Amino acid sequence: MSGLPLKDYSREGRLFKQRVTQAAVAVALLCGALGFRFFSLQVLEHEHYITLSRDNRVKLQPLPPTRGLIFDRNGVLLAQNLPTHSLEITPELVPDLERTIERLAQLLPIQEEDIARFHRLRQQRRRFDSIPLRVRLTPREVARFSVNRHLFPGADIQAKLLRNYPMGADTAHVLGYVGRINERELQTIDVSNYAGSTHIGKNGVERYYESRLHGTVGVQQVEVNVLGRVIRVLEEQPPIPGSDLYLSIDAGLQKEALEAFGEESGAAVAIDPQNGEVLALVSKPGYDPNLFVEGIPLKTYRALQHSPDKPLFNRALRGSYPPGSTIKPFVGLAGLETGTVGATHRKYCPGFYRLPNHSHRYRDWKKTGHGSTDLSKAIVQSCDVYFYDLAYQLGIDRMHDYLGQFGFGKPTEVDISGELGGLLPSREWKQRSRRAPWYPGETLIVGIGQGYFLATPLQLAHATAVLASGGKRFTPQVAAAERGPLQAAPLAVPPAMQPPVPVAEAEHWRDVIDAMVGVIEAPRGTARHIRSDAYRIGGKTGTAQVFTVGQDEEYEVEKIAKSMRDHALFVAFAPVDKPRIAVAVVVENGGHGGAVAAPIAKVMMDYYLLETAVPDA
Amino acid sequence: MISPPSSILTQSDPVRPQGLLAGLHLDLPLLTGLLLLSGFGLVILYSASGESLAQVQRQGIRMGVGLIAMVMLAQIPPPVLRRWSPWLFGGGALMLVAVLAVGEMGKGAQRWLDLGFFRFQPSELVKIAVPMMLAWFLAEKPLPASWGRTLAAGALIVVPVLLIAKQPDLGTSLLVGAAGLFVLFLAGLSWRLIASLAVLTVPAAWVLWQWGMHAYQRNRVLTFLDPERDPLGAGYHIIQSKIAIGSGGLYGKGWLNGTQSHLEFLPERTTDFILAVAAEEFGFNGVALLLALYLFLVLRGLYIASHAQDTYSRLLAGALTLVFFLYLFVNAGMVAGILPVVGVPLPLVSYGGTSLVTLMASFGILMSIHTHRKLLPT
Repeated sequence: MSGLPLKDYSREGRLFKQRVTQAAVAVALLCGALGFRFFSLQVLEHEHYITLSRDNRVKLQPLPPTRGLIFDRNGVLLAQNLPTHSLEITPELVPDLERTIERLAQLLPIQEEDIARFHRLRQQRRRFDSIPLRVRLTPREVARFSVNRHLFPGADIQAKLLRNYPMGADTAHVLGYVGRINERELQTIDVSNYAGSTHIGKNGVERYYESRLHGTVGVQQVEVNVLGRVIRVLEEQPPIPGSDLYLSIDAGLQKEALEAFGEESGAAVAIDPQNGEVLALVSKPGYDPNLFVEGIPLKTYRALQHSPDKPLFNRALRGSYPPGSTIKPFVGLAGLETGTVGATHRKYCPGFYRLPNHSHRYRDWKKTGHGSTDLSKAIVQSCDVYFYDLAYQLGIDRMHDYLGQFGFGKPTEVDISGELGGLLPSREWKQRSRRAPWYPGETLIVGIGQGYFLATPLQLAHATAVLASGGKRFTPQVAAAERGPLQAAPLAVPPAMQPPVPVAEAEHWRDVIDAMVGVIEAPRGTARHIRSDAYRIGGKTGTAQVFTVGQDEEYEVEKIAKSMRDHALFVAFAPVDKPRIAVAVVVENGGHGGAVAAPIAKVMMDYYLLETAVPDA
Repeated sequence: MISPPSSILTQSDPVRPQGLLAGLHLDLPLLTGLLLLSGFGLVILYSASGESLAQVQRQGIRMGVGLIAMVMLAQIPPPVLRRWSPWLFGGGALMLVAVLAVGEMGKGAQRWLDLGFFRFQPSELVKIAVPMMLAWFLAEKPLPASWGRTLAAGALIVVPVLLIAKQPDLGTSLLVGAAGLFVLFLAGLSWRLIASLAVLTVPAAWVLWQWGMHAYQRNRVLTFLDPERDPLGAGYHIIQSKIAIGSGGLYGKGWLNGTQSHLEFLPERTTDFILAVAAEEFGFNGVALLLALYLFLVLRGLYIASHAQDTYSRLLAGALTLVFFLYLFVNAGMVAGILPVVGVPLPLVSYGGTSLVTLMASFGILMSIHTHRKLLPT
């Protein structure tokens, strides 16, 4: 204590004594209050409570609601609840748990996995909760146990509904799956409403619409005997089942798309440009979501997790790919709408591009060059040099702002859990995340959809839909209709309209769309082989580099490992006059977009436009 | 470092005569009370656990560990504790941050810090470190503390409380906050300030309710205030607990004869609701005996506080004692249905080890404060 007046110890002491005395009085009073409370419960109201205790045979039990069903746009069942039987044990009622499990294992095929899961669950539950030991018993196993049930106090067969996905892997990346509620989820749910529930949506639609699908818990008052077995139900407040969901997904289209991929990995998304409905969303390879419902065996899960094909990875929602040349129509439109270039502006393409006062050559995919090129030709033949030049004239700021209007660089906010937002690079972004200034060369690379630029297949399909519909914007949506528990007919979920992309001149949009039609119909269009006689298609191929070729090296397919080969991309919409479907396809390491990705898009458009009934216009 | 005027006495002469207890720096009244209470606790636990000797044994071992911690802490003279205070507080706060970081990575609620050879719950350390820190801080300058220092002391309380609440462990964060507030109260926080703080909580709570909470959190608060609205959860617990207590009567149904507990109507009977088991089986007599034991320990603690010789020891001893009482009051109030349901165990009786060791350690500190006093000229 430096130079302060000496502490006044007697004053401090008095103050403290005062406070301790006050505390002691408070303690004595509160203790007295507690004592009085117990006295009134135990002595004054004793008669009342002793009667209640003698009559105490009434227990409350939660009744879990039935989870809502999920259908596709044509009423095909995508998620249902199937009755299954499981063998459950209430630890508190079992005299010797280890021995009981041992004896049960002699009667029924109980695996190490089952026992491990049982003990894991036992840690989380109360002793008087019933815990599943073995699930999905066959009828034979149910019978075998029932005969011997008297030998196993505390063990019983429970019948319950288990979530099931009839289309398995085909819809896994849309629906997601339900799984057992874990500790973390317990923290964020209304525990009472989940009192009887064991499962919760883990991802996909099942998670996004958890609150609608789950329903409301019911309660029943039951009379029990001394051992706790239910004798009769006294009163029941039935649970309210969850809502049924009708998705805009077309199960048939979903299947066709997956088949069209063959052995390739990748993703495809189809959107209706008129309302933002997601018609198909596939990611290949998929996985069987039914495995996750009753707890996936660890070995199976590890195998899925570490598989080089990454079947658990939702490429459509989370796969971030350089959009490659599929971005060119959007950059071209940016050039026209901002007045940077006119439709007739021409640029000579010698096969490479050089920035003023720089020696670095930015190469065109065509070594000999495209010669004199206007916007239409640049899109039809995918000339890189034209877009290097256009990007340079636009500059990164204008390009970033214009492309952002099509949803690049941020999640589309589709109603499926787990979406990522890709990356639309900007000066500000680079400063923030890389602490480095923006270089002009990077602008060129962004202009052909490479470099830092990343987009998900869903974003590409969404942007294509916006372009195809002349700027109309809808948040992509998979829920088309919902039927509440008390409703007779499903109620349509309205499309989520956003303010449209401003149109400076409709002519500009037509020019770009015409060029995209040229990609399919012109003699040198990069996707001319998917031309259809039944309807007209507008599209754009893309090839996204995974592997960077040195300045003077050649890209030779044979010498490059499959995993380093280019990704093939294709975006398209049809029919051109009144688009009903916009598609984005990414084939991982597939090579050239026109050759590999376009045929998949064609299969999807054919199926949707030709094989399904056309709704009344 | 400042020291009381008694520093003229260089020799530390124990007040008490020599003997085993005095040599070990133990306080006979406290020790007797603690042993009686723990013993009674084991007897109740045997019944509540469904006559599980294994559980009683495990609890007995924990009590042994707690006693060892108590004896060890009793050997540390208060000036040493005082010097450690800021370090313990800083270390505890850092560990709370570490726990949150680890929890963030593991994507789950996290209270433990895994040090490889053993797992450690930093919030337990903080339960003692917060009153130590505040006592250290406030004892630095004359009391009552200035406005600025009171504000700084408030910040010292808020930081660990928020860190623990984020784990999330609301019960413990409230106890830690209370420990700090007790120190402030004993240090002479003006009544006017206490009253205005109490008034301020109303609009603050309203703001939190309106903008700071998710729907499910509001739901939990409502259930917390009115258990009856949740007949499947807390409401059911309280109804059954009251039946257990009331049906016990004056004399109780007898040891091992409680129907409420043995027929599984009473939830959490070995942990949070163990007092209801005692009330059912030993009646009001048993409850009165338990309450008397607690009251004895608390009053002895306050006696030690008022006879401590420096500000730091006084504040610390008083706050630790009051926290102990708060445990009892919150738990007993909940079981008897006059306070909301908070997961606070009945001190020294409820099954479970984490808080037991902390409580015993704080009694060790009380003993140290009492047995390291110096002879004062009177």
